Amino acid sequence: MKKANRVITILIFVFLYAPMLVLIIGSFNEGKSLARFDGFTFEQYAELFRDQDLLKLLGNSILISVISSFVATVFGTVAAVGICNLKPKMRRLVMQLTDIPMTNPDIVTGISLSLLFVFVGTKMLGQRDSLTFWTLLIAHVTFNLPYVILNVMPKLNQMDHSLTDAAMDLGCTPLQSFFKVTLHEILPGVVAGAIMAFTMSLDDFVISYFVSGMDFVTLPVEIYSYTKKPIPPKIYAMFTLLFLLILVLMITMNLLQLRSDKKKVQVGK
Amino acid sequence: MSKELIRLQNLTMEFDGERILDGINLYIKDHEFLTLLGPSGCGKTTTLRIVGGFLTPTTGEVMFDGKCINDVPPYERQINTVFQRYALFPHLNVFDNIAFGLRVAKMPKDEITKRVNDMLEIVSLKGYGHRNISSLSGGQQQRVAIARALVNEPKVLLLDEPLGALDLRLRKDMQNELKRIQQATGITFIYVTHDQEEALSMSDTVVVMDKGRIQQIGRPEDIYNEPTNAFVADFIGESNILDGVMLEDYKVRFFGRTFKCLDAGFEPNEPVDVVIRPEDIDFVPPQEGHLVGTVTSVTFKGLNYDIIVDFKGFKWLIQTTDHQPEGATVGIRLNPEDIHIMHKSEYSGLFGDYSSYSAEYDELTEDAADEEE
Amino acid sequence: MKRNKSVLLSVPYILWMVAFTLIPLGVVCYYALTDPNTGEFTWSNIAELGTFLPVFGESIGYSLVSALLCLVLGYPVAYFIAHRKPLTQKLLYMLVMLPMCMSFLLRTLAWVALLQDTGIINDFLEMLGLARLPLIRHPVAVVLGMVYNYLPYMILPLYAIIVKIDNRLIEAAEDLGCTPAQTFVKVVLPLSMPGIVSGITMVFVPAVSTFYISQKLGDTGTFLIGDVIERLFKQGDNANLGAALSLLLMILVFVCTGIMNKLTDSDGEEMVVV
Repeated sequence: MKKANRVITILIFVFLYAPMLVLIIGSFNEGKSLARFDGFTFEQYAELFRDQDLLKLLGNSILISVISSFVATVFGTVAAVGICNLKPKMRRLVMQLTDIPMTNPDIVTGISLSLLFVFVGTKMLGQRDSLTFWTLLIAHVTFNLPYVILNVMPKLNQMDHSLTDAAMDLGCTPLQSFFKVTLHEILPGVVAGAIMAFTMSLDDFVISYFVSGMDFVTLPVEIYSYTKKPIPPKIYAMFTLLFLLILVLMITMNLLQLRSDKKKVQVGK
Repeated sequence: MSKELIRLQNLTMEFDGERILDGINLYIKDHEFLTLLGPSGCGKTTTLRIVGGFLTPTTGEVMFDGKCINDVPPYERQINTVFQRYALFPHLNVFDNIAFGLRVAKMPKDEITKRVNDMLEIVSLKGYGHRNISSLSGGQQQRVAIARALVNEPKVLLLDEPLGALDLRLRKDMQNELKRIQQATGITFIYVTHDQEEALSMSDTVVVMDKGRIQQIGRPEDIYNEPTNAFVADFIGESNILDGVMLEDYKVRFFGRTFKCLDAGFEPNEPVDVVIRPEDIDFVPPQEGHLVGTVTSVTFKGLNYDIIVDFKGFKWLIQTTDHQPEGATVGIRLNPEDIHIMHKSEYSGLFGDYSSYSAEYDELTEDAADEEE
Repeated sequence: MKRNKSVLLSVPYILWMVAFTLIPLGVVCYYALTDPNTGEFTWSNIAELGTFLPVFGESIGYSLVSALLCLVLGYPVAYFIAHRKPLTQKLLYMLVMLPMCMSFLLRTLAWVALLQDTGIINDFLEMLGLARLPLIRHPVAVVLGMVYNYLPYMILPLYAIIVKIDNRLIEAAEDLGCTPAQTFVKVVLPLSMPGIVSGITMVFVPAVSTFYISQKLGDTGTFLIGDVIERLFKQGDNANLGAALSLLLMILVFVCTGIMNKLTDSDGEEMVVV
């Protein structure tokens, strides 16, 4: 039984990583096909860095994920402090609201936001292009917020509330006590939320696909349009680089969590 | 003692329609060590949090030095708190924890260093400044919490069950330590506990609370010797409480006999509660006794025996060094000073009967931690 | 209470979420009930939904099969991870999560390269002297694509639950005479129910609404509901019918998650991922 579990686990990891390996190998391939390896080269990377358009798209993607995850992290953390102090009934209602973008299929979220923006833009404001950078940003903030809230809330709930009382007792205004005490306590949750929001935003295709307009396109949306024509291998080079970025982010997140866990163990004893 | 510092006037507190405090009136003098004593849920922590500024009373006023401070937030009050389970900041070391309040107040750096170091000495933690909070024992954390509050030189120090998390031995040491610090600094202490021994041994004044109301205020000796009702009599030590009738001044009748007592000022023939402390009762040979009963249970307690004696179906607890075997017939005499008379109250009949001995005698050890927030 | 004021901090958030989740759903309803040309109220979009029922059925079929396959494949993995040393657990957990963060478009394309008639697997088979197989453009390939994409969504919640199962319960069961198989069926499986339920939900919801996997891996006749909606919006220019379909899809999903949540009364405040 135990051995079988181990074998299945290994096979599943092969299954999960094989396609990514194909893409990574593809990024060092001289030929254009993923299916045939024609010789090793870094040419695709050079190609990638020469392609201003593609880099701009990558820049767009990173810009939108950095801004949206930053906004969502600040906004969400502040909101979580408020939600935490709501009466239980109201809090449950707000958490249900938070769950909507999480449980709703991405396609429905994307369509509903796109319809809202078009409706407000064309019918109420009389714009011709109602889908812009700003609508994309709003959409990303909206689906990032729950990740932040759901990561910060448990930390707030675990926190000893007499710590903020103690800070105020020692002369802190509520604002000071938030920065001097609360923030330190919930930081692992805030960071985890921010990183998750960032990766979700960076990789989001479905919602961006419906919400982005002509003037501001992100990388995944562009990749989708590629799939109707042959994909240039420099995309695989970009995939490889993003893979490394995400890997580094995840390791950071884990190390942070490890450190805070260690502290807890010490306090616990 | 000296002048009045804090006055609580007609405080009531309601959470979601539930009445936690019901008309608290209390004044606290400067330099006083005052203890709020009561079972968990009696409202003592709520009262303390109102004084600290963490709660605003539903009605009533908190006066500090003659001014109403209902709307003064905690960070503007000259009051500091030692929290239940300490609430030390885990991300700061001992020194930074103690310096926290001074830094918020933007005190000069060298002044902070001096005051924190002085404080570390007072709480016997010299040289611990750089230690991590998590590396300290419970007793040491307790001292840091006290130092962190005292270093701000508050007018009043609030202590919320500060010794609750310590083991018995350490608790005794810290009781002495706290009393010493209070006398040395002259700061007014308002102390919350559910431990009656702690309250009696440390305080100048004890306030016994139950169900959101003050049951009795007085010096520890008065509270013990002259409880005002069955609740106080039972909560402070052990008591046998009997129904009686006050025939006239200094004369009370119970168990079909008339006894002399030291109490006066009751209506003629007023029904009363009669309190007899278990340790005040002495055995005599049956023929000499005012009352005669049968021993039903004997428990060795170290200092004394707890003996349950059945008098005509009503069971008394008697604490004595005289051993009596189970089943023995014994007599007791009651001297006038052993008999305490109380007016009837809502608590009459609820306490002081040892018929279900073991269940009743279990000391109140429940943790008051899950008390109302 | 003094904390009352901080409650106000949640107000902007609530307003934001109402504006950008609840109101948009209202707009979807509005579009679903209006005529694309005249903009007048009509039931015709709703009436037309009937013709899409087979597509809905097919989508539900595909995603149910995928969800169950994910469960069967994911459970041993989650169980295995949950019984490693803490540090190994962290590492494996991260490795399961990592693919979720990478472009699913490209990863799906990689499957095309693996499965296509001149693809890596077929080349490999030929090298072994075996015949090439028609792997792609086949319902099985669609299920494979779904399982591949959403398997981590199954493993992570399962792991989160299994790792919390008190080992003493298993020892107690063994002490009371259960064989390992009986222990599993009588103790471990019932205790992992919340994880199973949330895993199935988390696989089913994105799978039923996907619109890319079937286009790339399925044969030309395979249309799932997501594909239909995408086409109506992006090519067909019948946003109103698309809105009606989205509405139906959403109701379907909410009914499903509602049923699933009934099975386990989670308060939804705890995050399954991370």
